[in-house]
Amino acid sequence: MEHLELFFKAIFIDNMVFATFLGMCSYLAVSKKVSTAVGLGAAVIFVMAITVPLNWLLDTYILKDGALAWLGPEYAAYDLSFLSFIMFIATIATMVQLVEIIVEKFSPALYNSLGIFLPLIAVNCAILGGSLFMQSREIQSLGLAFNYGVSSGIGWFLAILAIAAIREKIRYSNIPAPLRGLGITFIITGLMAIGFMSFGGMLTGGDEEEATEQTVQVEVTKEAIDLANNEKEIIE
Amino acid sequence: MGLLSKKDVKLITDPLADNNPITIQVLGICSALAITAELKASIVMSIAVLFVLGVGNVVISLMRNIIPSKIRIIVQLIVVATLVIIVDLVLKAFAYELSKTLSVFVGLIITNCIIMGRFEAFALANGPWRSFLDGIGNSLGYAVILIIVGFFRELLGSGSLLGIKVLGDPIEKTGVYAFGYENNGFMLLAPMALITVGIIIWVQRSRNEALIEDN
Repeated sequence: MEHLELFFKAIFIDNMVFATFLGMCSYLAVSKKVSTAVGLGAAVIFVMAITVPLNWLLDTYILKDGALAWLGPEYAAYDLSFLSFIMFIATIATMVQLVEIIVEKFSPALYNSLGIFLPLIAVNCAILGGSLFMQSREIQSLGLAFNYGVSSGIGWFLAILAIAAIREKIRYSNIPAPLRGLGITFIITGLMAIGFMSFGGMLTGGDEEEATEQTVQVEVTKEAIDLANNEKEIIE
Repeated sequence: MGLLSKKDVKLITDPLADNNPITIQVLGICSALAITAELKASIVMSIAVLFVLGVGNVVISLMRNIIPSKIRIIVQLIVVATLVIIVDLVLKAFAYELSKTLSVFVGLIITNCIIMGRFEAFALANGPWRSFLDGIGNSLGYAVILIIVGFFRELLGSGSLLGIKVLGDPIEKTGVYAFGYENNGFMLLAPMALITVGIIIWVQRSRNEALIEDN
């Protein structure tokens, strides 16, 4: 149940692109064609599934306040959390390089489809963001961390797939010249983000802390609905 | 302008408008959108990026002849990560509340594409002084957009600027609120940041036709 909740929350409610704007650079740059978008999306899921659990292990056993206690009582007072940025990014950069080498060796077909995207991924903020959110939301176990990595990756994949499909179609529309390309993509992403806010009410119930968070989101959604209705009235 | 040649001045002024990192080069969007609900956060973020990009560009430029090209991305990431840790600790020490608002986005300066993009495109091929100017110019270009977006979102969303209620008090109905004006709370939510940047791009490109894209 806990897993299912985290899964849907990471995909729809806290979607990497629409709720926190992570990985926007590659999201805008690589979304001109559906096929390349799928390649990059798959690579992101893959890399996040590896780096988030790894960084969870690093955080829990090395970086956290008192995490070094397993070395002996004299180490219990150390708090290395200020090192987490450098540790996380080093893990990500090395893992990306390692994955690239392994995939190239064992699956040339996969390498041909994912290969060119892998170097891009080391500097994709969604990957580092996933690890930093994993740290700040205090995810409890390795299993949950893996789940969080995969589901945030899927959320990002969905977002880039959707925008790529829209951009392929929109090429045939008559858009005001200055808005063409980047401008309209921004505005469409904004509208999609408004749409994704309606998923806020999806998870009801759960414990009390969850419930309060939910009501905030539900209020936000109501506001969005009211606004949409107002707009409708104006149009009518 | 004895210190700066014409070319150097261009390095600083170009990114402010016609080669803006956000609206033209499409770099560093994430943080530009996420933290601009308040003007103050935008300004602090801009200063942080100014520091990291200025110093980082100089460091990378000094090391450009000794970095093996295969591992240059890792080296660049380590340099940025070190600078960002400094920024993060300074923020935590002197502006704790603000560092809570910025939360993970300070850490995300590491993967801010502006920084990696300028390292790759400029600092690896140019001397330290020019790299420094390029870093300053690009982070100012970034700052301009952040401050415009932050200004409009805070003004229209909560009727204040830098926390000062410039439009009067919404509860006691003073200032413009006396005439029935209401704050648009929607401006504070995430999607409106995207739409605001979209509009900035629209305005900029209608003023300069050369920037218009094909499709």
